[in-house]
Amino acid sequence: MPPFFEGAQGGSIKEFPKDLLDPGCLEGNKGMKIEGRVWKFGDHVDTDLIIPARYLNVSEGHELAKYCFADVRPDLVKEVQVGDIAVAGVNFGCGSSREQAPLALKAAGIGAVIAKSFARIFYRNAFNIGLPILESEEAPEQIKEGDRVSLDFSTGAIVVISGDKHFLARPIPDFMRAILRAGGLVKYLKKSQSAAGDLPAL
Amino acid sequence: MPMTITEKILAAHAGRETVSPGELIQVEVDLALANDITAPSAIGVFYDLGAPEVFDREKIALVPDHFVPNKDIASAQQVKVSREFAQRHRIKHFFELGETGIEHVILPEKGLVSPGDLVIGADSHTCTYGALGAFSKGVGSTDLGAILATGKTWLKVPATIKLVYEGRLPHWVGGKDLILYTLGLIGVAGAVYCSLEFTGEVIERLPMPQRFTMANMAVEAGAKNGIFEPDEITKAYMEGRSDRPGDFLRSDPEASYDQEIRIMVDDMEPQVALPHSPDHVRPISELDSVPLDQVFLGSCTNGRLEDLREAAGLLEGQEVAKGTRFIVIPGSQSIYKEAIKEGIIETFLDAGAVIGPPCCGPCLGGHMGVLAEGERALSTSNRNFVGRMGHPKSEVYLAGPAVAAASAIMGRIASPEEL
Ligand code: SF4
Repeated sequence: MPPFFEGAQGGSIKEFPKDLLDPGCLEGNKGMKIEGRVWKFGDHVDTDLIIPARYLNVSEGHELAKYCFADVRPDLVKEVQVGDIAVAGVNFGCGSSREQAPLALKAAGIGAVIAKSFARIFYRNAFNIGLPILESEEAPEQIKEGDRVSLDFSTGAIVVISGDKHFLARPIPDFMRAILRAGGLVKYLKKSQSAAGDLPAL
Repeated sequence: MPMTITEKILAAHAGRETVSPGELIQVEVDLALANDITAPSAIGVFYDLGAPEVFDREKIALVPDHFVPNKDIASAQQVKVSREFAQRHRIKHFFELGETGIEHVILPEKGLVSPGDLVIGADSHTCTYGALGAFSKGVGSTDLGAILATGKTWLKVPATIKLVYEGRLPHWVGGKDLILYTLGLIGVAGAVYCSLEFTGEVIERLPMPQRFTMANMAVEAGAKNGIFEPDEITKAYMEGRSDRPGDFLRSDPEASYDQEIRIMVDDMEPQVALPHSPDHVRPISELDSVPLDQVFLGSCTNGRLEDLREAAGLLEGQEVAKGTRFIVIPGSQSIYKEAIKEGIIETFLDAGAVIGPPCCGPCLGGHMGVLAEGERALSTSNRNFVGRMGHPKSEVYLAGPAVAAASAIMGRIASPEEL
């Protein structure tokens, strides 16, 4: 296997919560949860901010993670704890198609992103590489920097532990849930690929 | 059921009679594209999927253009991954230095996209080919890796926003100004998950290069794709480039649109996007004096021959202002050659410009013309996010080629009218 492969899969410098990649983690009674500190962002966070283009001469997650938000929040990489949660306004991940953006976030240790809305390509990329993202109009309005928040992917529940606030994320389309549940597009396809190489029917 | 041109192309590639907005469909891909930044990961995914062969070696284009000529060892490694993959799988459209240029300039130039095609590229500006009446959109590397193996992908049918441009374009106002004005109007999230359809009498007369400029920046409004109905102008452009005539589809008159926005162009001025967003747009007369350290003419938005020609027309016999660096990068090898033949390159050189080899250049701030802290540039490219062209405390203004030329001469943002 070529060495760049690991990057394509989202290699991480820190252990990523295994359960998130566990098939079924989004379903039924398992009640998959993560809990973390909030890193708050505004509207229209573009992919050049998430990972500046000058660092795109590599593809490996652990290399990219070093420069996650390098220009605007250099403190993030130093202080982030595995499972921390990024919370943002509208159109998160706008700009380029670089998959290095969700990859850098995930490899840096960000466990999930909650935003009012996501740019189309970023949304797709995040599912493909297995970075959980949730959409909610209200939660980003009320969640503050540094809050401790827990997320339940089976129900879409977002709970601010410190302030005892509850929100419900917009439901994830079934097809996207299946991809996330499998741990990303590659695993999903491998699991469901027919002998003829056909994608599974939608 | 009446459909838009986008819906018709999607239905045809999903093997269905009709599709409607919001539906998830699986489509066959006519052309899959990746560049030096996105190909290595896509290739990794392809190997991981364990497919023995690519879906079709003639329907894949690999174009190293961002950090070429290789800017450092890491970039050289990335291109090497693509090159070896191309050799191993006998990829027909792998373009190295000397025959290449910016992906979105050379694919149409070489006739690899025809009207009615469905093109998926691991680059957000893949939406450029909508200018030819094709459905084209950007994805990330993993999606593209899966396409390399299967030739198929899934997508959600977008709702369409119809933009109708009416009136007559004033002198010095072109496709770049139309799209910047539109972005100022609808905003960078104005078309998220939607298709933008460019129509109206202005569009019917608009030359091909300016259609590419407009379709190119559809993604700056968050759109999935931007599209033009192919016509005689498209047909003339395609002539001699491809033996695939393509499918000249049009939207049905009763097709349903999410929104219809009418834009009168009669009094439009050249437009400028101010830092740090492509929708932060003002007519040029409203700007105070903005001194410039650098002007960049090039990119997949405005690096075509006609763009260089327009700028050279203004620079003839003039000089670039002292203290301002003027960087010109032709979008492809053949544009470069033609520009030399026409004397355009000589005009630039005489004026004091520097010419770079066909590539993305300083557009993404990694190579050839990176900005220092506090520096200010005007660029004919498509994005001016924080740090896009270099230091996070540098600034980028976006405009068309005529404003770029006038600004290089004046050393500040200037309208061609001032010359
Ligand atoms: S010219 Fe700029 S926008 Fe176009 S493909 Fe290159 S880096 Fe991307």
